[in-house]
Amino acid sequence: MNLPAQRAASFQPRYTPNGTEQDGELLEISLGPQHPSTHGVFRMDATLDGEQVVKLKPVCGYLHRNHEKIAEGASYLAAMPYTDRLDYFCSLTSNWAYALTVEKLAGLAVPERAEYLRIITAELTRVQNHACVCGFLLQDMGALGTPLMYAFREREKVLDLFESLTGARMMCNYLRFGGCRNDAPAGWLDAVSQLVASFPQFLDEFEALLTTNEILLARTQGIGPLTPELAINAGLTGPLLRAAGVNYDLRKVDRYGFYDRFEFRIPLGDHGDVYDRYMIRVLEMRESLKILEQALKSIPTGPVMDPKAKLRGFRPKAGEAYGRLESPKGELGFYLISDGGPNPYRYRIRPPSFINLTLLEDMCLGRPLADVVVILGSIDIVMGEVDR
Amino acid sequence: MKSLAQLKSEIEAAVTGARLEILPNPAVPAQSSLRVDPAQASAVARFLRDTPQLQFDFCSNVTGVDWPERTEKVKLKQVVDGAEQEIEETRSSLGFLEVVYHLYSVALKDGPLILRQRTVNRSDDCRVASLTPIWRSCEFQEREVFDLFGVQFTDHPDLRRILMWDGFVDHPMRKDYVEPDDYEYEPTPHDEVLERAQQHYPTQEAST
Repeated sequence: MNLPAQRAASFQPRYTPNGTEQDGELLEISLGPQHPSTHGVFRMDATLDGEQVVKLKPVCGYLHRNHEKIAEGASYLAAMPYTDRLDYFCSLTSNWAYALTVEKLAGLAVPERAEYLRIITAELTRVQNHACVCGFLLQDMGALGTPLMYAFREREKVLDLFESLTGARMMCNYLRFGGCRNDAPAGWLDAVSQLVASFPQFLDEFEALLTTNEILLARTQGIGPLTPELAINAGLTGPLLRAAGVNYDLRKVDRYGFYDRFEFRIPLGDHGDVYDRYMIRVLEMRESLKILEQALKSIPTGPVMDPKAKLRGFRPKAGEAYGRLESPKGELGFYLISDGGPNPYRYRIRPPSFINLTLLEDMCLGRPLADVVVILGSIDIVMGEVDR
Repeated sequence: MKSLAQLKSEIEAAVTGARLEILPNPAVPAQSSLRVDPAQASAVARFLRDTPQLQFDFCSNVTGVDWPERTEKVKLKQVVDGAEQEIEETRSSLGFLEVVYHLYSVALKDGPLILRQRTVNRSDDCRVASLTPIWRSCEFQEREVFDLFGVQFTDHPDLRRILMWDGFVDHPMRKDYVEPDDYEYEPTPHDEVLERAQQHYPTQEAST
């Protein structure tokens, strides 16, 4: 019989052997896939020594549906709605990256008004994405509700504009090869102007609440710093790269669309930590508003589709093309190989938020577990794009 | 940027034993690519990254392409016994897997330079050199190519599946991948559903 007293008497305590570096045992924690701070179904296998992270392996693929294979079995145009589902926060920039690559592959021209509409929708997308990321970052730090809901209130105004232009709030499916699907409805551009005029007020309020907030400073400054050399070598792009102080924005480097017609600056950080990433996003929103103001003033009238563009029976000649643009998350690229058939022979997406995860472990090593959540929040991942 | 032919001769002069081939791209001539042998790939990549005039410090995109075996019938004209005859000949080309790297230079705002490596075949020798030691950005992307195409990267520090789960056996992005039948159980199958049920559970059908 195993009575409690007998069991206690026979209990042999186990000790870790003397002379080892670690006094206790390592603790393995699986964070996710269902965890509010992982921004979707994403898992991190973390190993902790006390409070410190000594190993952290990201595990993804829970949302994998092999988007690339689906697109290789469909016509070029039929893949366009699927690109909405990649980064469901920024469907219009995903549309544009795909349209840009197909236009490069087939040598199609885009009318001037359509290019302006693309820039306006892309910059609106950037503004609402960055506002929400800052809100989510604060949410991850425990500021439940207020910052995120303020950001969502502004995002809703942008989504209303998307709905009246494209018919959908998030799954816009708006661009076509050689232009845009439809012209802006009457009064739409005025509504955008109103939003652009009122947005700085929101940003001022948002910054007054947060930028010098003691808790935000304590939780973000000096957390997860990156050197410029490592950031470039690991292929980080977007606000993460610029927060590390690297002046590399594809709107300036590749000058796709008509970005060379507008005046705007590229904000750069100098520590590469989480606070810089937050600040870069706030400053980029202000620059995007400048681009929007200029674009709304100078948008020409005219057609929005190239009359020579073919929607049905579209077969680009054999060859390949790699096109990329600056999406709110970073460099979003598409790589297409055509064999002259109606569907792409190879269709590949270069997902920025997937590649930005490369350095997650490096940034988290030696930090307490609570910082892992903040660092992940500052990377800005969307699982629809990471897993494809 | 220098022309590909210039770049090719420079690399061949600097890296011993490197043999490169220029693969033209008819659709976008500026994006033609250089094919490099897996044996010298890592030396060539190091040269491209570290030479001050080139500085390809940023490997943007890594992806695989599957080129399965092809047999095509070619009509040839041949002179047999003084008379011209048309002879049909079947030519088959060996399949291979290809890994494509898109390189840019952040320092010089230059690019893209496209590197390609090819495997010997698609079945038992799918090895190419991993470029992760040169560019960290290849780490996850090469894992993805390994996962979805089955390319073995030698010298990759952590070659595991990344999108599919560990117990998965095939490589879904290959052109000859066969999807599993996604038969869903129905209590009263009929017509074509019954047919699929019989294919799916042949032994069970035989016993009842």
